Amino acid sequence: MTRPIRQHLEVPVADGDGERYSLRMGPQHPATHGVLRVDLELDGETIVECTPQVGYLHRGFEKLAESKTYAQGLILTDRLDYIAAMANNVGYCVAVERLLGIPVPMRAKYIRTIVGEMSRLCSHLLWLATHALDIGAMTVFLYCFREREILLDLFEELCGARLTFSYPRIGGVRQDVTGWFIDELQRFIDIFPSRIEEYETLIDTNRIWLKRTVGIGKITGEEALDLGLTGACLRGSGINYDIRKHQPYDAYDQVEFAVPLGSEGDVYARYRCRMEEMHQSIRIIQQCIDQLPPGPIVSPEAPELVMPNKAKATIQAGRSEYGTSLIRLIRERDIFLSGDVYVATEVPKGELGFYFISDGNNRPYRMHIRSPSFIHIGALSQIARGELIADLIANIGSLDVVLGESDR
Amino acid sequence: MNIIWMLVWIIVLFCVVMLHVAYATYFERKIIGRMQVRIGPMRVGWYGLLQPIADGVKSFFKEDIVPERADKSVFLAAPIICLVAMMTSLAVLPFAKGWVLADIDIGLLFVFAMSALASYGVVLAGWSSNSKYSFLGGLRSMAQVISYEIAMGMSLVGVMLMAGSLNLSEIVEAQGDSFLGMYLMPQCIGFFVFFISMLAETNRVPFDLPEAETELVSGYSTEYSGMRYAIFFMAEYIGMMVMASIGTICFLGGWNGPFPVPFFPPLWFVLKVYLFMFIFIWIRATLPRYRYDQLMGLGWKLLIPVALANIVLTACVKAVIG
Repeated sequence: MTRPIRQHLEVPVADGDGERYSLRMGPQHPATHGVLRVDLELDGETIVECTPQVGYLHRGFEKLAESKTYAQGLILTDRLDYIAAMANNVGYCVAVERLLGIPVPMRAKYIRTIVGEMSRLCSHLLWLATHALDIGAMTVFLYCFREREILLDLFEELCGARLTFSYPRIGGVRQDVTGWFIDELQRFIDIFPSRIEEYETLIDTNRIWLKRTVGIGKITGEEALDLGLTGACLRGSGINYDIRKHQPYDAYDQVEFAVPLGSEGDVYARYRCRMEEMHQSIRIIQQCIDQLPPGPIVSPEAPELVMPNKAKATIQAGRSEYGTSLIRLIRERDIFLSGDVYVATEVPKGELGFYFISDGNNRPYRMHIRSPSFIHIGALSQIARGELIADLIANIGSLDVVLGESDR
Repeated sequence: MNIIWMLVWIIVLFCVVMLHVAYATYFERKIIGRMQVRIGPMRVGWYGLLQPIADGVKSFFKEDIVPERADKSVFLAAPIICLVAMMTSLAVLPFAKGWVLADIDIGLLFVFAMSALASYGVVLAGWSSNSKYSFLGGLRSMAQVISYEIAMGMSLVGVMLMAGSLNLSEIVEAQGDSFLGMYLMPQCIGFFVFFISMLAETNRVPFDLPEAETELVSGYSTEYSGMRYAIFFMAEYIGMMVMASIGTICFLGGWNGPFPVPFFPPLWFVLKVYLFMFIFIWIRATLPRYRYDQLMGLGWKLLIPVALANIVLTACVKAVIG
């Protein structure tokens, strides 16, 4: 009975001459960053053909969002890029605010910028950790986690969660920052540059690291544009495009920062870009702390988000208080416009875009997520062709993909 | 009577080495933990001291899985080949003056022969598993061991020339017990080549390509589980210890130390071996991994020519000085 299944799972042999063979790398593989599957056609250890396969983590978020109100849809975005959930939350909120025309108070904007940059640091730290681990530098992995832990503790102080935050809300943020948070954050950004130096002493000029990264996985600027790459993958190839700079949202137009650019477009250039971005994030956070204005953290025009009365909710089991009250509140406002909007934000991985079609209801008629990881995985086959298996690993790490975001 | 004594010694040596292997893993985990801002094993026993024993018991009771399409007999034999070959080379190592099981004249060659045999175990394991990751791991190992065996053999020719013998005890005797007598200084080029080849020969970082976990999952041992996996693990650690012993004997003056220790003569030897082990671990915590072709390039284009030059240099100096 089991025979057909086994035959289906058997790794096929490419052709009769025995020179080439195929290898199915993943979805269970230590270096595919989740459940990415890469079908490889190999000649020795050289990659002849490389086909990335995604979809193992598909949860149907885009469809699911159609049955949730805009306020409820926020929690779905936590599960996209779970390494930098805060940046997704911010991206979603910015998009919905643009759709509904809700202004955001200045203080909330600054707080969002701070948490956005913190999540960028989180994501880049995890990227560096796993990228280095993939290439074999094991200690960097744990050094990065040491700093990431501090950031997660800060997030915990801010909103009680360490992974799925749902901290920003439509029209502002959920809670105000505490004094302890600001003090600890200040302490963190004071020590962090020296920690970056610590990582760099281990790998930056290490001969083996250079041999493994320089000239590997080259993409020219034009190719990167054609492939639709964004974020550090695009900037590593020398294209100056950063949404924070060119279409500023939140408080990014109030702060000064540089957009680090590479020129070679190889793994090393992308590595350098992200390392520099970490320095820039520190700069942005510092300015935000210094300029943080007083005032409200939620716009008065924001749809009210009321947690349900627990007793009531259980009595009305069929129609929970939570759902009805939200629907009512949002309906009463009657601010929903028909039409569509595409809003992109710069998340750590690249350009995260939310595309909404609204039919005037309180739920999106259609939500599309333009996730950078999905597009970056698509570039893998072009980058990896002709290189070795070991380079494929370096490339997957350097494209910085997260499968939760790719598969949605 | 002699044979019985020999057997007793073999059993004692086996037990002592196995204990060392078990605690070398503990040593490694503690040291690397300290280097990586962690604490290492802490739960089993006082400061995790019983962890190696717990690991051994665990792997002993794990299910022994043989893949359906594997070549069963070879699959089962491969780890044993590995372990036996590594264990056998222990016979010729002199731990202290007279503390050697088989004081044969070709000691050094014997160790080489055995470490080359151990690579058969790895290659056969990769081949018989009928899995592509294992196969690639086996192939990498074969190529790596062949190239680095040459470099390593050549790096030790200088030592042979200086000592005038292949007997490991005589090599130690030739170095004398003074600090300056060590071959480390006159054979520094040889030591450099030997050290790098040693890392490659024992599949340690930065040359751990046959089992590069992020590329080949676990290389040749991907399909192994339970005790058979543990046997590979033991063989690797015994290999590390044997190579560290060879380094100690050929370059660091073996059992000789600044002052003799009458109640436990091998003390200096053990300390020097653990110095090597520490450096192994230190390197593991520091360096990334080479790529396969770069590793080959390093072996053939750098190490072998340097080792050859060292032989010529040593021979010339010896001819001139006498």
